[in-house]
Amino acid sequence: MGCIESLKYEIILRDASFTECREYIRSTCKEYVGVDPGFKIFDKHIIGVPPIFIGFDGDVIIFPFTKPCYGTFLMRVEDHDEAARIRQSAVQSKK
Amino acid sequence: MTSENKEKEKSAVLVLGCPQVPVQTGIALYLISALRKKGIKTTIAGNRAARTLVEVSDPERHYVGEVMDIDRYIGEIAEKKRDFDYHFIFIHNDAGVSYAATVQAITGKTVVALIYGEHFQEIAGTIGFPCEKIAAKAVHNPMPLKNKLDEALPWVVSNL
Repeated sequence: MGCIESLKYEIILRDASFTECREYIRSTCKEYVGVDPGFKIFDKHIIGVPPIFIGFDGDVIIFPFTKPCYGTFLMRVEDHDEAARIRQSAVQSKK
Repeated sequence: MTSENKEKEKSAVLVLGCPQVPVQTGIALYLISALRKKGIKTTIAGNRAARTLVEVSDPERHYVGEVMDIDRYIGEIAEKKRDFDYHFIFIHNDAGVSYAATVQAITGKTVVALIYGEHFQEIAGTIGFPCEKIAAKAVHNPMPLKNKLDEALPWVVSNL
């Protein structure tokens, strides 16, 4: 997932479980969507234990990112176009 | 054998995790050998380090066939460009569980989870999706996992 690593990102959680990522997004994001594994984000297929939550704070996207050797990170990336695309293509679950 | 009677060659993919646990490469080559004896074509998917370890261990390619990047593998099964009869996922950490859950969700198939390492029971306990678990405490010595594989493989290959 080289293209995600080349983005300007912030790591919220390191070595997190998918339950921890889901709970963080559910408890802190006013807006989030649930997607299946394989859903494309930043042109890569997302890895994870379903349901995978992706949170939003305006144009900021909060999502889990898994690397084989490093486990799962919960990341924040600001991208207006990608946030709009995800909102359109995923089923929304607003609080 | 006529072409009508000839069955389609079965295929399997071995999805390797981070190669930090020493048994992974040896078990992968052993599993490829066992599957080939059953007439199953094998592909390896992994990150660069895992793939390179397998390729360096079999320089003449007596066992190793196609090798592909793990992200490309996920992309191709997600976009239905590739399909495999069997998905063997090597798991020794949470990331391995995530990849297995992803493959299961994308394909809808019962994947085979090879679970090993120091914390194999704890890792196995986190798996709540449908899969065949082959688990053993194997870190440096591959024999506990090899023995479990020998027991389970005939059943797995004939039933999945």
